[in-house]
Amino acid sequence: MKPPSDLLAAPDTALDDTTSAVENPTVGIDQSAGDFTYDVKYEFDAGSGLNEDVIRYISNVKKEASWILDFRLKAYKTFLEKPMPTHWATKDLENIDFNKIRYYLSQGTKPKRTWDEVPDDIKKTFERLGIPEQERKFLAGVEAQFDSEAAYSNVKDIVAKQGVIFCNSTEALREHPELFKKWFGKVIPTGDNKFSALNSAVFSGGSFIYVPKGVKVAMPLQAYFRINAENFGQFERTLIIADEGAEVTYMEGCTAPKFSTSTLHSAVVELVALKGAKIQYITVQNWANNVFNLVTKRAIAMEDAEVKWIDCNIGSRLTMKYPGVILKGKRARGEVISIALANDGQHQDTGAKMIHAADDTTSVIVAKSISVGQGRSTYRGVVHIPKHLKGCKNNTECDALLINTNSRTDTYPAIVVRGDTHAVQHEASVSKVSEDMIFYMQQRGLTEAQAMSLAVNGFVNDLVRQFPMEYSVELKRLIDLEMEGSVG
Amino acid sequence: MPSLEIRDLFVALAATPDKPIVKGLTLTILTGEVHAIMGPNGTGKSTLSKAIAGHPDYVITSGDVLLDGKSILEMEPDQRARAGIFLAFQYPSEIPGVTIANFVRAAVQARLAEGEDLDATAYYKRLYSKMDLLKIDRKFTSRSVNEGFSGGEKKRCEILQMAMLEPTFALMDETDSGLDIDALRIVAEGVEAMRGDKLGVMLITHYQRLLDYIVPDFVHVMYDGRIVKSGDKTLALELEAKGYDWVKQELAAATTA
Ligand SMILES: Nc1ncnc2c1ncn2[C@@H]1O[C@H](COP(=O)(O)OP(=O)(O)OP(=O)(O)O)[C@@H](O)[C@H]1O
Ligand SMILES: [Mg+2]
Repeated sequence: MKPPSDLLAAPDTALDDTTSAVENPTVGIDQSAGDFTYDVKYEFDAGSGLNEDVIRYISNVKKEASWILDFRLKAYKTFLEKPMPTHWATKDLENIDFNKIRYYLSQGTKPKRTWDEVPDDIKKTFERLGIPEQERKFLAGVEAQFDSEAAYSNVKDIVAKQGVIFCNSTEALREHPELFKKWFGKVIPTGDNKFSALNSAVFSGGSFIYVPKGVKVAMPLQAYFRINAENFGQFERTLIIADEGAEVTYMEGCTAPKFSTSTLHSAVVELVALKGAKIQYITVQNWANNVFNLVTKRAIAMEDAEVKWIDCNIGSRLTMKYPGVILKGKRARGEVISIALANDGQHQDTGAKMIHAADDTTSVIVAKSISVGQGRSTYRGVVHIPKHLKGCKNNTECDALLINTNSRTDTYPAIVVRGDTHAVQHEASVSKVSEDMIFYMQQRGLTEAQAMSLAVNGFVNDLVRQFPMEYSVELKRLIDLEMEGSVG
Repeated sequence: MPSLEIRDLFVALAATPDKPIVKGLTLTILTGEVHAIMGPNGTGKSTLSKAIAGHPDYVITSGDVLLDGKSILEMEPDQRARAGIFLAFQYPSEIPGVTIANFVRAAVQARLAEGEDLDATAYYKRLYSKMDLLKIDRKFTSRSVNEGFSGGEKKRCEILQMAMLEPTFALMDETDSGLDIDALRIVAEGVEAMRGDKLGVMLITHYQRLLDYIVPDFVHVMYDGRIVKSGDKTLALELEAKGYDWVKQELAAATTA
């Protein structure tokens, strides 16, 4: 089946999310620390720049079937043909130099860096974020492999007993083509946007999950996996299929900062919730200030299925990400909860896309953005309810919080509703953290940074309460760090 | 003995430093004392208290404020707060999404030494006992600070914070306004319970009825940015009977003489 991709055309190629690059713990501490480079030898390195040979090299290293190579090469052509979406998105995209990017690296050898060589402020950040010792070493590039690889295979084994397939994209396409091929690239067609095409050409890493009929996965799938080396790829490809009546929660790392020298990260995430299935996908990302984070995330929800995206974006130079749900079956339900924090020099261009394609479908969008200093937040939403449908509901709420007068926030809600049996609600608000509010908190003994952090946490509190505990704690820590860096 | 000393203080809006609002005010408060400050609207009472607490709207163009003999003017508002100065606001701010319990907890935590963790059980026990004292319903702990509170509820919440933070000097700006008769008594009793040789109070009020409960050691009349008359508790009664015109006339007579 073909998703109504025509509905997804500009000006809201909205479903693209692109880059997710490097997470950097230095956000809010010292931007120059983002220049931190790995001193790592890679076993496989496709070099910089992109051409057909690079794509063949990647496919070859991964020992892929020929249909995948063809898919990649075709996608590469599409990528070249597609213009940058600067007619609606920021011109900053023009600053991406595709020739300087390395499209494939795979760590084979032990890194040379020692823990002593890791800059102190970075160590301190790790400490503040409460990242476990072993994980810190990995993130700093001291260790090639995270020790909890064992923990990951544990989870994999546990869920395997329920028939769940949980592996990386390379393995999945090799071992289970019959399962994944059917949906791969179907929710987000290659040509959806320039960056989904790029991802389709060079993807590596990411998770493939299949949850069989009626299986409810009790533990969220995630943390154990996030440290898997291939998951650090700039061009992750994730596909989650929940078969009829299945339920699964996936948590995408990393809230922990990642170091990398790459500046373009462009992932594609496809979710398929078959009849009565439930998928919850949670992301808390903290990118370095030099990163273009352009990610396409979309789900398809069949009859009575439910998909919920929880998406928190902190940092990056530019994030463009609009998780979407195609409500394909009757009574399907889609929800996007989005939190974006734009500090100085950052632009968060985020939102959601809800495509109603069956009767009695429901969509909910709650987007909260925080702009600090020169930071800029943009909300872009698309809600589409065509005329021939009945009984659809949408509720959209976007709230912006401004911390200091230079911040900028824009809202572009596009709600296209035809037909008269639908219920649509849209609310938007812009509020400011006033000097009086900060003074009030300071008068109780909190520093200015603590006061701002508390104000921001208060602003997102009603959303964060829905997060799993560890994620809400980490988000709070990230906000603390970010606010600390933003006061003089 | 701890002291808060205001020396010949001039305060102006940061935007208009040449137009003082507080114009040469001098006052020393020691712990164990309650100083009532009364005066007509717009005379600079709130400005005085906010300037002492370090509000960024105001500049101190001359004079000094000393805590235990040391100037606090270079200190950030939060440093002044942690040094023991508490301001019960005339118009407390709302903090959406931040519960009273979490807010006060953050404030208590801010006073602990680095690395020292708050004992959550003890904290809640203390919070509940203070709430009981001030007859604040338990459900308030989970409400956002001041958001949607009635005027009286806001004032009670200020006193709750004061009780939890145990300041050395409290600047109470019209804590009685907005309180109904019962609430006034409850709040006043709450303050009375804190009264003692560890606390000095500057009590800004327009009405004698608060001073019936919290009997001041000194009463000062503020007019046009200065203290123009000081006395004991009987001065407040005299003001109540005669109004501010009496003070103004006396002042006019004194300046023409
Ligand atoms: N932030 C401000 N911006 C503009 N004007 C101000 C500001 N703060 C104080 N003022 C002015 O300074 C004068 C003193 O105000 P203040 O609030 O200190 O008076 P007050 O004695 O507390 O009065 P009240 O009894 O009505 O509370 C008033 O004329 C007021 O308008
Ligand atoms: Mg006042």
